[in-house]
Amino acid sequence: MILTLVETDLEGAAIEVSLEAVSFARDISAAGNGVPVDAVVFGDLSDDLRGELAAYGVRTVHRVGGDDVAAYSGAGWASAIQQVRDAAGSVVVMAAGTDRGNELMAHVAARSGASFAANVLSFSGLAPFVVTRQVVGGAAMEEMNLHQRPAVLTVAGHAVEAKPADTEGPADVVEHTPDIAPEDLVARVVSVAEVEADDESGALTSAKVVVGAGRGVGGPDKFDDVTELADLLHGAIGVSRVVTSAGWRPHHEQVGQTGSRISPDLYVPCGISGAIQHWAGCSSAKTILAINSDAEAPMVTRATYAVIGDLHEILPAVNEEIRRRGYGS
Amino acid sequence: MAPADVLVCVKRVPDITEEVALTEDAQAVDGRRAGFTMSAHEECAVELAVQVSGATGGQATVLTIGDADAVEQLRNALAVGCTAATHVVGEPFAFGPADVAREIAAVVRDHEADGRQHELVLLGNDAADSGDFQVGIRLAYELGRPVVNGASTVEVEDGHVVAVGEGPGGQETYRVPLPAVVTIREGGVEPRYPSVPGRLKAKKIAIEERQPVAEPKGGGRVKLVLPPPTPSAVQILGEGPEAAPAVVDLLEKLGVLSK
Repeated sequence: MILTLVETDLEGAAIEVSLEAVSFARDISAAGNGVPVDAVVFGDLSDDLRGELAAYGVRTVHRVGGDDVAAYSGAGWASAIQQVRDAAGSVVVMAAGTDRGNELMAHVAARSGASFAANVLSFSGLAPFVVTRQVVGGAAMEEMNLHQRPAVLTVAGHAVEAKPADTEGPADVVEHTPDIAPEDLVARVVSVAEVEADDESGALTSAKVVVGAGRGVGGPDKFDDVTELADLLHGAIGVSRVVTSAGWRPHHEQVGQTGSRISPDLYVPCGISGAIQHWAGCSSAKTILAINSDAEAPMVTRATYAVIGDLHEILPAVNEEIRRRGYGS
Repeated sequence: MAPADVLVCVKRVPDITEEVALTEDAQAVDGRRAGFTMSAHEECAVELAVQVSGATGGQATVLTIGDADAVEQLRNALAVGCTAATHVVGEPFAFGPADVAREIAAVVRDHEADGRQHELVLLGNDAADSGDFQVGIRLAYELGRPVVNGASTVEVEDGHVVAVGEGPGGQETYRVPLPAVVTIREGGVEPRYPSVPGRLKAKKIAIEERQPVAEPKGGGRVKLVLPPPTPSAVQILGEGPEAAPAVVDLLEKLGVLSK
């Protein structure tokens, strides 16, 4: 069996990258004589979520609950995943390449004496099981042999499309209330400061439109044009590492290898040259409209559309034109 | 407060900003043209190690596994306030994540046998080059210690480490008894720049040099590959503010405007 961790959002719905991971698991299954795909879910399991996992072809949904996993702990949750795996006998344990997914799969691999491949893009065969994964922030790839069992991996965001299965799965629910060893609960979250409704720091990764700002903006007091465009588009602000390192904007707005990875419908990087560090965080945007004074900048040559020139001349004209046509109010 | 003894682990990585080149055998990224640095997460880990040890009058030891050139990263960490350095000499790309964790654990145990207990071990959340996302966690299992992953700040108080990081539901706080392992993500502290006196002081500190305790097994790498170059397909909408109507036409076409 292939066991896939499905993470849920605050409303209890599966996050898209987890559905991508289930789709990837089905691809492995198809190459491996239809070995079943199971899901493991922590916390509440709504009918909607179960229905969605059925549509994605899941055979069994392992719901994990109980006091020991009520608060997050990497080792504790990994122990629970391992207990599900031991009971059901999986050959692959996998998750989406989120912070949690990578953390939990690293725990599972360390506990099972197996290798762990983070941010896998594809696989080229099952015997041997060779995967290709992102390294250097996605600027290069590694072909890696995952020869131990279980094979433990995470799937890079948007490496595959989240696609329901041709045939619905039964998605039978099996409840697990694991006993976790005390030593696995030592490093456990003791408090969570929930994101306030007016705090937009969590909105960046789920935003449909992101307006980016880089060194080209020129200084901490020169963001008005950029924030105005973001407001008019009901989008979020994302900045390059140069901007946060200089202290112009807070780190939670950073897009890149060491910041957030975004996948908006539209990304509008303004004055961002497009170094690998930044590209690692924005390459999943569907459409990129770059605004830059340098027509040869990597961000411009990789963009879908571009406007060349001074962003402080272009943005006010764009903002004015948006208002003139009656939008954004 | 008792002095806190911190070990911080760093890796010399290619300072890639634009084009990636591979070594001839495709086993590593060739950083000779781009130069080398330490991963951004680790710069923050070094800063936190210096702050935590400094606040308690303790020691901050920096450790790396790498070839002779990796001494540069150790000296840089010493220049910003680390008080000791250990260099495990080896070809870094021969070591898989489990190999690295085993070597760090051996250093921790040997130092402890010599009377130096690194009660807090800090690492980066993931290395800028290999992106394995697992060395700190493997190390914790090697040492039988608890681990917090991806924290952006740490403080030591009353024999515990308080680590704070971003989780899916908001800012998460852990309070874990020492000894412990914490992996650090950029964003909680601003790494300081080395001062001239700092650099001079760093030159005088003797670096402990040691050999790996075991032959590295590697991490299952077959080879590295570069994505095929994608020809630019950019459509230039115009130059300067005159392009504004074309931009808004596009925004309308993409359906991202609302009245």
